[in-house]
Amino acid sequence: MNLPVSTSSPAGLLLAGLFGLIFGILLHKGRVTDYNVIVNLFRFRDFTVLKIMLTAILVGGIGVALMMSGGLLEGWHIKEMNVLGVVLGGVLFGIGMVLYGYCPGTGVAAIATGSVHAMVGGLGMIVGGVIYALTFAWAKGSILSVGALGKLRLADVTGIPDLVWWIILVPASLLVFRFLNRRERAAG
Amino acid sequence: MESSPCCQTGPSALLKRKSWNPYAVGVGIGVLSWLAFLVVNKPIGMSTEISKFSGWFASLFVGMERVTANGYWSGTKPSFGYETIFLLMTAVGALLSSKLSGTFSFEKVPAVWSAHHGPGVAKRMITAFLGGIIILYGARLAGGCTSGHGISGTLQLAVSSWVFFISMFASGIVTAALTFRNKTTRL
Repeated sequence: MNLPVSTSSPAGLLLAGLFGLIFGILLHKGRVTDYNVIVNLFRFRDFTVLKIMLTAILVGGIGVALMMSGGLLEGWHIKEMNVLGVVLGGVLFGIGMVLYGYCPGTGVAAIATGSVHAMVGGLGMIVGGVIYALTFAWAKGSILSVGALGKLRLADVTGIPDLVWWIILVPASLLVFRFLNRRERAAG
Repeated sequence: MESSPCCQTGPSALLKRKSWNPYAVGVGIGVLSWLAFLVVNKPIGMSTEISKFSGWFASLFVGMERVTANGYWSGTKPSFGYETIFLLMTAVGALLSSKLSGTFSFEKVPAVWSAHHGPGVAKRMITAFLGGIIILYGARLAGGCTSGHGISGTLQLAVSSWVFFISMFASGIVTAALTFRNKTTRL
């Protein structure tokens, strides 16, 4: 079979189902379908989300970097760095995540675990998408165009190569993990 | 020694557990990212697909023709495909996992919310609804969510994703400090 498989082929759609199924199981077993776990991250009382995300970034990132340098991948999938859009979007996202208690992916998964308020917030997300589409012309002209720098990677803007970034990120994350584990043990 | 259900192994026993070690879950999501890049060349993401659901929702009122004439939806056409199946099966995975582990429940007001804002259902539902609007609008402005930016983008060392990650965290910490102020509760 030639890789990558087309996402519109029957095999691609089958893989979408398999990957989604695994993702949903992982989100639930990671307890990030629990409102309390998500909100308590921002209150420094539960670091489950941070542990999962940092581990996923390290494992995923190093694997993808190796596949890229081995010529197995067609290219990066980088999102545009629109300074105002990304910062303002991130700020709104943080507010929304604490009020909703979920992010879009964990919200979808939480609905399926029975959470009624995740469902109501899910309807809110659908409405949010409608509002975005209705205000898209304004957002594009007044927000997304401010500081539109294009698809940048850390190596492009800092001149520091990927390898060095990983040499920094791995031990830095391990120190964070050690700190969190000690703190949790001390708290009992 | 008596064997407790928590410590049995094998696929079905694993799925019956209430939770897994967070680092193991992180490794799982990391490996899933490898497969997403290598096998289908499509990073994991969620919020774009939700915007397509918004398009379908809007089409109930104004018809699909007017929806696809919109500047945003003309570029992100609501069509059933890979991402739709991924989203639906994410829900199926979470349903399966919560049913097998016995944690499925129709939760209306979670414990931490209740400790700070009381047991009222309406207040929780309105806040969740508003939070949902704000989070998706933010995700669209930024171009991704915790999946697309927070994991798939950061792992590629994308500038936009790291800036998003830091902005989101900082804003979340401030929001939580302002909205959870009941000092008499342990929760």
